Amino acid sequence: MKAVPGKNLKTFFVDAIRWNLKGSIPFQIFRILLLIGMGVGIYAYSFQARYGLSVTGMTDIVSWGFYISNFTFLVGVAAAAVMLILPAYMFHDPDFHRVVLIGEGVAVGALIMCLSFIVVDMGGPLQAWHLIPGIGLFNFPSSILAWDVLVLNGYLLLNALVPAYILYSHYMGREADERKYRPFVFLSIFWAFSIHMVTAFLYQGLPARPFWNNPLMGPRFLASAFAAGPALITLILAIIHSTTSYKIDPKVFNKLRMIIVISAIINLLMLFSEIFKEFYFPTHHSISAIYLFFGIDGHNSLVPWIWTSVSVNLAATLVLAFNPGKNNPKVLLPACAFLFVAVWMEKGIGLIVPGLIPSPLGEIVDYLPTWVELGVTLGILCLGITVVTWLVRTALIIEQRYED
Amino acid sequence: MSSQKQDEAKTTIEDVLEKPSSRRKFLKGASIAAAAGSAAVAASYMSAADPASAGELKLRWQEYFKKNYRIMSQEEKDETVTRLERLAKMQDNVDVQIGNEPPVEKVLFGYAFNITRCEGFMECVTACVKENNLDRKTNTQYIRIFEMEPGQLDPSTGDGQYYHKVPVDDKFYMGAQCFHCEKAPCIKACPTKATWKEPDGIVVVDYNWCIGCRYCQAACPYYGRRFNWGKGEVPKEEITTKQHYLGNRKRPMGKMEKCTFCIQRTRKGKLPACVEACPTGSRVFGNLLDPDSEIRYVLKHKKVFRMKEEIGTQPKFWYFID
Ligand code: SF4
Ligand code: SF4
Repeated sequence: MKAVPGKNLKTFFVDAIRWNLKGSIPFQIFRILLLIGMGVGIYAYSFQARYGLSVTGMTDIVSWGFYISNFTFLVGVAAAAVMLILPAYMFHDPDFHRVVLIGEGVAVGALIMCLSFIVVDMGGPLQAWHLIPGIGLFNFPSSILAWDVLVLNGYLLLNALVPAYILYSHYMGREADERKYRPFVFLSIFWAFSIHMVTAFLYQGLPARPFWNNPLMGPRFLASAFAAGPALITLILAIIHSTTSYKIDPKVFNKLRMIIVISAIINLLMLFSEIFKEFYFPTHHSISAIYLFFGIDGHNSLVPWIWTSVSVNLAATLVLAFNPGKNNPKVLLPACAFLFVAVWMEKGIGLIVPGLIPSPLGEIVDYLPTWVELGVTLGILCLGITVVTWLVRTALIIEQRYED
Repeated sequence: MSSQKQDEAKTTIEDVLEKPSSRRKFLKGASIAAAAGSAAVAASYMSAADPASAGELKLRWQEYFKKNYRIMSQEEKDETVTRLERLAKMQDNVDVQIGNEPPVEKVLFGYAFNITRCEGFMECVTACVKENNLDRKTNTQYIRIFEMEPGQLDPSTGDGQYYHKVPVDDKFYMGAQCFHCEKAPCIKACPTKATWKEPDGIVVVDYNWCIGCRYCQAACPYYGRRFNWGKGEVPKEEITTKQHYLGNRKRPMGKMEKCTFCIQRTRKGKLPACVEACPTGSRVFGNLLDPDSEIRYVLKHKKVFRMKEEIGTQPKFWYFID
């Protein structure tokens, strides 16, 4: 293994772009669809830029909606990369070592979506520089939102730089020096837990909102993320396995399934515990939960939503746990997809919106996102998927050449 | 945008940059170029919609890079209110006087609400909307009045939407607004220190520094905050022109606002508009540090209570019973 002449940082980027512009026809169509999605997002956002957040479904009562819901959920997806990082780098599990870069790519994509959701949710995005320590005025450590800004950006940096270093080394045809990146890997493992806990504390720390002001919030965030994140990664690995020449060992899928099942069961247990507390002896503070699960005075837009989520979640967890198809991917993969969607429903809208209903003065309203919110969300989703495909494609090509 | 106009805009930017005092501002600007990349687009877009003069662009540019109000020197405060007054003239053709009166020493404002007397006329709401230039389009109101059944004392169990002749027999009325908490969760939440408690106890928002994240709104246990979801609209002839930087001046789109105890009035020794408007005398306002004030009398001689005392926010707003 000797360094390849004629390669440097510049050719690294040029090659990365070149590889991504090439590709089969279906792949190009996929890319174009993503571009169209982003176009829709920009078009929808232009309305928001002109008329403000009044074009969304949010009001003074439900003051956070679809954007913050998606943000919250995606933080979990980003944090879930740690479930690959931990075994790959710490326990030197060779199976995970081959897929960890993909997990980190997913984390970067998820974080970019998180930050985009925050930006589109802001009333004054042009004032975002007020948040930059030094030139702005940063309310640290008092504001949990200030913490969140720090940990999210830090995690993005860690998850981008470590893989970039490894990939660049492999691109140059040499072994990545583990002593150099190992401290950062350690850091990123702690950091993954921190982004999730801090985001949970964002809600948990508000005595004004009894539905969120609940010590189980942080741990439940983690459990549901470690179910949904690896479920997504399983799906992505399956796609890579079947559409590229980069083959993934079945052992990886088995190990991921174990992680998903354990996390999903812990998550359901905690959900059960919460439901018990709210409904065994409902108090004044249970109104949000009653609104969510049963509706109040005809306001019941979330009732079908949450019951769908809970039942799909339960069914998918059972399928993954008992494995009725004997490892048949035709059974397990849809189960992963359903689990992912179920957690998204519950940890997104199902968590954020009822926290704000009723208002602290007891008023109950319903919330529905408008087409602008849906359009912008589609755009951000497409952006995230684009980022992930670019990163993963580059990583796979480099890794494959390096392995040969 | 015509090319002539573009040239004008350019010269403005140049003369802003050439002023020696602007070097820091420029560096600040350069360092956030990435973040403000879209600002240029937006700015050009905005001026395409409403053609702005070079002078106006210059003022807007200076406004964009100003500091948080609480760390401005008195000179900077004076400069920004002058700029805002000129912008109001240029953009909306209204003459406003924006003050920046500092808190008066040895004053801590407090409020008390007589639930025996209030009859639910909502004169206070109307006066507040008028005094504070609240958005008429979305019908923004700082004050909420709840119609209560006997046997309740928590406004959140009352009816805040009543629309009929008042007073109704066997009902009573409770008002709620921002309570100017001594330990305010909204202040703790804000990531940019855009909202804070002034020495006279008033919790204020710097409308220009706020980034519109609405974390404070989620953190407020009393539904005390209102957001500018769109552009506020007030008919020109109804604008209250005596304004304060932290009070009833025009709020930009996408920023948080709230009751300020009528800071533009109370810092000059007047009563808040709601207190003045109340026909039943249910509203009491005054200096908590003055032992002879009416509010101190109420706190001493009446049975008083505060809303959601258990959260520990220590509102400076008491309900009392005659
Ligand atoms: S009532 Fe709400 S907005 Fe007013 S000071 Fe208290 S927490 Fe802040
Ligand atoms: S909306 Fe404005 S005042 Fe409220 S927390 Fe965000 S930046 Fe602070």
